[in-house]
Amino acid sequence: MAVKHSRFDRFLLTLIGIFLTLAVLIVVVPLVYIIVASFMDPTVLLSKGLSFNLSDWSLEGYRKILSNPAMVRGFGNAVFYSAAFAFVTVTVSVCAGYALSENRLAGRHVFMTLFIITMFFGGGLIPTYLLVRELGMLNTVWAVIIPGAVNVWNIILSRTFFKGIPNELKEAANVDGASDMRIFFGIVLPLSKPIIFVLALYAFVGQWNAFFDAMIYLEDPKLHPLQLVLRSILIQNQAAPGMINDQLAMAELKRLSEMIKYSAIVISSLPLLVMYPFFQKYFEKGVMVGSLK
Amino acid sequence: MVHRERRSAGKGLEFLRKNYFLYILLAPALILTLIFKYVPMYGAIIAFKDFSPIKGILGSEWVGLKHFEKFLSSPNFDVILMNTLKLSFFGLIFSFPVPIILALMLNQVRRASVKKNIQLFLYAPNFISVVVIVGMLFIFLSPTGPINQFVIWITGEPLMFMSKPEYFRWIYILSDIWQGAGWASIIYVAALANVDPELHNAASLDGANLLQRIRNIDLPTIRPIMAIVFILAAGGIMSIGFEKAYLMQTSMNLPASEIIATYVYKVGLQSGDYAYSAAVGLFNSVINVILLISVNFIVKKLNEGEGLY
Repeated sequence: MAVKHSRFDRFLLTLIGIFLTLAVLIVVVPLVYIIVASFMDPTVLLSKGLSFNLSDWSLEGYRKILSNPAMVRGFGNAVFYSAAFAFVTVTVSVCAGYALSENRLAGRHVFMTLFIITMFFGGGLIPTYLLVRELGMLNTVWAVIIPGAVNVWNIILSRTFFKGIPNELKEAANVDGASDMRIFFGIVLPLSKPIIFVLALYAFVGQWNAFFDAMIYLEDPKLHPLQLVLRSILIQNQAAPGMINDQLAMAELKRLSEMIKYSAIVISSLPLLVMYPFFQKYFEKGVMVGSLK
Repeated sequence: MVHRERRSAGKGLEFLRKNYFLYILLAPALILTLIFKYVPMYGAIIAFKDFSPIKGILGSEWVGLKHFEKFLSSPNFDVILMNTLKLSFFGLIFSFPVPIILALMLNQVRRASVKKNIQLFLYAPNFISVVVIVGMLFIFLSPTGPINQFVIWITGEPLMFMSKPEYFRWIYILSDIWQGAGWASIIYVAALANVDPELHNAASLDGANLLQRIRNIDLPTIRPIMAIVFILAAGGIMSIGFEKAYLMQTSMNLPASEIIATYVYKVGLQSGDYAYSAAVGLFNSVINVILLISVNFIVKKLNEGEGLY
C-alpha cells in the first residue's frame, strides 16, 4: 500500500482506467442495445434508432414470442435437458471421482489413463453419430443426455476434492463398522455439496447453451431445446411455425420477425445473466479448481 | 505354484468382496466411456473402408487410403485446409494476449468493489450461447443494422459484413474476444492476487516505475500459466469453434468460412457420405495431435523445460 506513484505511474494508471472503462462499455453497450431494442417497433428502430422514451416502447415482441408454442416448448425442453444432464453427469463424475480418489482401488492408474486419453483423442463426429444411431438413441432425449455424460474434467475435479477429505473421518467410521456404502452416502456426500454444486452449475449452463447434439440427434421439432428454436428465428430467419399467420403481408411478416429476434435473445439469455452474479464466486471457484490440475 | 495362484485368486476375491462398492461407483463412468469414447475410436476405421450400412462397420470392405487420397486431391482441399489453419492460427494469436492484458490492468484497480464490478460486466458475455452471439452478429452487422448506420454516415455505403469472405475471419475472432476474453482473464487475475505486495514496495523504493514492476514482477508470476493456456489452446486449434463457424456461414462467405469441421458435418451427416467424411475428420485429428505435440515441444524449450507434459 505504501507504493509511491511517480507522475509516469499516475499517467499509466489513468490510461488503464480509460482502457478498462472502454472494455466495460464494449461489453455492455451491445447488451443494452438488444434489451432496449426488444421493447421497440422495428420500423421505429430503423427510422429513429434507439429510444429511451418509454412512450416509444411496446411489449408486442414479448407477447408474440411468449405466445409462440415452439419457443415455450423449447424453453421447457431446455430446462429439462439441462437439469437431467446436470444430474446424470454430476452423479457419474462424482461417483467415479470418489472411487479413483481411494488409494486402495486396484488399477486406478489404468482407469485414470483410460479417461485422460479421451481428452486428447476421439473417434470423431461420424463414428459417434453412427454409434448413437446404432443404439437406437436417435430422436430420443437420451442422445442429448448420455453420450456426453462422462466429463473427464469433472472426474479430475471431484477426485482432487475427495483427496482433500481427511482420511481420519473415514477411518473412524470404518472402525465403527460402517460399510463403504454407509461412508460414501453418510459422510462423504454430505461433505461434497460445494463440488457437487459447482459441477452441476457448469453442466446446467453448458447444456442450456448447447445446440449441436440436439441438432444432429433430434429430428422431431417437439424435442428441440431452446437454442435450436432460437437458431431458426435468429439465424435462419424463420419465424417458427404457428407464430405468424400466413395471410399477413410480407412487410408485416418481416416486421414481426425482426421484432421477435430481440425479445427472443433477451428471454433466452436473461435467466443466466440474472442468476450468474449470485453464483459468480462458484463459477470462479470452478475455474480455479480446474486450473490446479 | 498352484498353491500360490489359488492364494492370489483368493486374495483377489477377498479384495473384491471388501472393495466391490468402489467398483460399482466407478462402473457407470467406465462403461459410458468405453461405449461412447472408445467404440467411436474403433469406429473411425470406417475411414479406411467403403462403409455400407447393410454390412456394418465390420463387414464393409477395406479400401485403404482411398478416401484420404480423394480428399487430398479434391479441388476444395487447399482452400478448406488453409481456412482452418488461418482461422485457428489468427484466432490464437489475437485472442491469447487480450485476457493477459485485461488481468494486468485489473490488477492495478485498488478498490476491491470497483474491481469486482468490472469483472462482473466483463464475464457476462461468457454466459451467452453461441447461437445468440451469432444472432447478435447478424443483427448488428446487417445492412440496416446499427454498425452500418455508422458506416453509411461515413462512407455512404453499407458494408456487407456477413456475406463478404474477407470479413469473416475478423468478425469471428473479434466476437470471440468480445465473448471470452473477460472470462479467460480469471485465472491470471487469481495468480496475480498472490503476488506479495512487499515485492512491489521494494521495487518501487528502488525506483522502478509501474511498467517496470509489471514487466519484472507481474509477468514472471503468470508466465507458467500463460504457457499452459497457450499449449491447451494450440492443442485444440483444429477443433475449436466449429459450432460458431457453422452458424456464421452464409452461402456468400463460404470461400473463407468452410473449415474442415463444417465440411465433415456437411459431407457426412447432410450428404450421408460417412466413410469419406470420417476420413476427413481423422485427417483433422491427426493434424491436431501433431500441433499439440509440437507446440508443447516449442513452449518447453522457451519456458525452461516447463511444458504441459
